[in-house]
Amino acid sequence: MSTPPVVIELVVGDVVGTREIALDRAALVRYAGASGDFNPIHWDESFATEVGLPGVIAHGMLTMGSVIGVVVDWAGDPGAVVEYQARFTRPVPVPVRGNAVVEVAATIGAIDAEAGTVRVDLTVTHEGAKVLGRAQAVVRL
Amino acid sequence: MANADFAGREYPATAPYSVGREKIREFATAVGATHPAHHDLVAARGVGYPDLVAPPTFAVVIAQRAESRYISDPEADVDFSRVVHADEKFVHHRPIVAGDELVTVLHVDSVTERAGIAMVTTRCEIFADGPDDDARERVATVMSSLVIRGEDF
Repeated sequence: MSTPPVVIELVVGDVVGTREIALDRAALVRYAGASGDFNPIHWDESFATEVGLPGVIAHGMLTMGSVIGVVVDWAGDPGAVVEYQARFTRPVPVPVRGNAVVEVAATIGAIDAEAGTVRVDLTVTHEGAKVLGRAQAVVRL
Repeated sequence: MANADFAGREYPATAPYSVGREKIREFATAVGATHPAHHDLVAARGVGYPDLVAPPTFAVVIAQRAESRYISDPEADVDFSRVVHADEKFVHHRPIVAGDELVTVLHVDSVTERAGIAMVTTRCEIFADGPDDDARERVATVMSSLVIRGEDF
């Protein structure tokens, strides 16, 4: 593991990391089992289309849970993430074959040197459109 | 569509949820969390944790169990097939680790309706179980908003 980041060396706008995450149907089934969220919109095509979705979509919590990895790996400690929030603004349809790619870019949004925390803002997109809104993590360094 | 009488309701603490090592590994794998502190006991202890540490969104597993008591209550009138998860927020008072016995107090903070769409916000206060209510340690707060689309949407 690399040396942990130091608050006073950071500047708002610094890029913490970027990552591409490929989600396939197996990833959705795996997340359903691991999380206990068995809503059929995440595995049943006909159910998903009947309720007006473009098809099977990824759990918003799978996207949210996956993209934070770039912040955890940067901070070097999963317990450093003391707050984490996101809005689910657009679904991520996952095709029956192949995968849907989610792109994440994490940047420093604010620094609180006194508290020893930084706010990391995550820009999360699928095919060029934002899928998470106001995705922010507060990290204690 | 979403019974407004439920706003302000507080549910008694759940039975304890036992956080297991294999559950943490399984959840971490499902969200692609490769940090060794989720998977390897020696690595977790090396970073200062007593046991494997849960990924930042693991608390949703515990929160959704508590929320289901409200959502599945016919009196609450929440049609799950019309529910869309709108947002989620985690506040960690301390990291969740394997071996934790966690109880959850669910609060329905608001139930609002406008233009055929209902919005429900819930808050799960997750505690490490103690011998009595006063001995509980705050572990995490999970806030969740659900949008319920009316029949016309």
